[in-house]
Amino acid sequence: MKAIVNVALKQGVLDDQGKATHHALDTLGFKQIVKEVRVGKQIIIELTSNNKEEAYEEVKKMCEKLLANTVIEDYNIEIIG
Amino acid sequence: MNVSVLQFPGTNCEYDTKYAFEKLGATVNIVWHKDYELPKDTDLVVIPGGFSYGDYLRSGAIARFANIMTAVQEFASKGGKVLGICNGFQILLEAGLLPGAMKRNNTLHFISKYHHLKVINNDNVFLKELNNGDILNIPVAHHDGNYYIDDEGLKELEKNGQILLKYCDEKGNEKSMNGSLEHIAGICNKEKNVFGLMPHPERAIETLLGCDDGVKMLQGFFK
Repeated sequence: MKAIVNVALKQGVLDDQGKATHHALDTLGFKQIVKEVRVGKQIIIELTSNNKEEAYEEVKKMCEKLLANTVIEDYNIEIIG
Repeated sequence: MNVSVLQFPGTNCEYDTKYAFEKLGATVNIVWHKDYELPKDTDLVVIPGGFSYGDYLRSGAIARFANIMTAVQEFASKGGKVLGICNGFQILLEAGLLPGAMKRNNTLHFISKYHHLKVINNDNVFLKELNNGDILNIPVAHHDGNYYIDDEGLKELEKNGQILLKYCDEKGNEKSMNGSLEHIAGICNKEKNVFGLMPHPERAIETLLGCDDGVKMLQGFFK
């Protein structure tokens, strides 16, 4: 079983990397179709557990404790397999 | 005065910090992150600059779980004085010993240069040797110094006089340097015993090397 954790800055917290990337996409000719860009990170965790719910709860604890800084970041967990 | 300077894998300012505090007359011990206890007679803990754990995940995010940090939490909760410089400031934020968080500089560049700072609040042991409005010239060197706190948190900081230093130009006009909210360069906790700042006062203690404005800052910790 695998956990895919996506971490990104919260809505309302200015994402300078996203803004710079948006600007670069604009200059590369994608201005018409790009509305907003946000840059985050993905953390992939291989798990020993076979219980989806239990795995989700454990990964949630990991996010709260270490993987995300909840002062500025939101996280999203997907359990696969 | 006995100063304990913490050392993590990737810390690189511990010897500059030791030199600075020794020059001012302190006895300095460098304390390894795996230790569980601070030296018994510690008067001040300094978490120096550098790149603990390579800044992996987020600056300071992994260092905050080091063995020694439990002892620092306990020391601070009993009123012990703690100073975090640069990466040390980031570690204190991650540890929750100071409020807010650091984002990447809004320029997205690593900024390394002298920059002016304005003293906003000297009603604390750290800046008591200085006057409000004093302008200092202190080196900065960081990639993640874009301080952020929500509106409610900012109001708290202002209300309690926790905003200590802001970035400014040489005349004292506040100025954006890295996108930091309200140009904040340094803060303290509500109890005024835990301090954090991004600039490096320990790098400005010899006129021969450019500037000694850092002396006035670090001197505050001496009785």
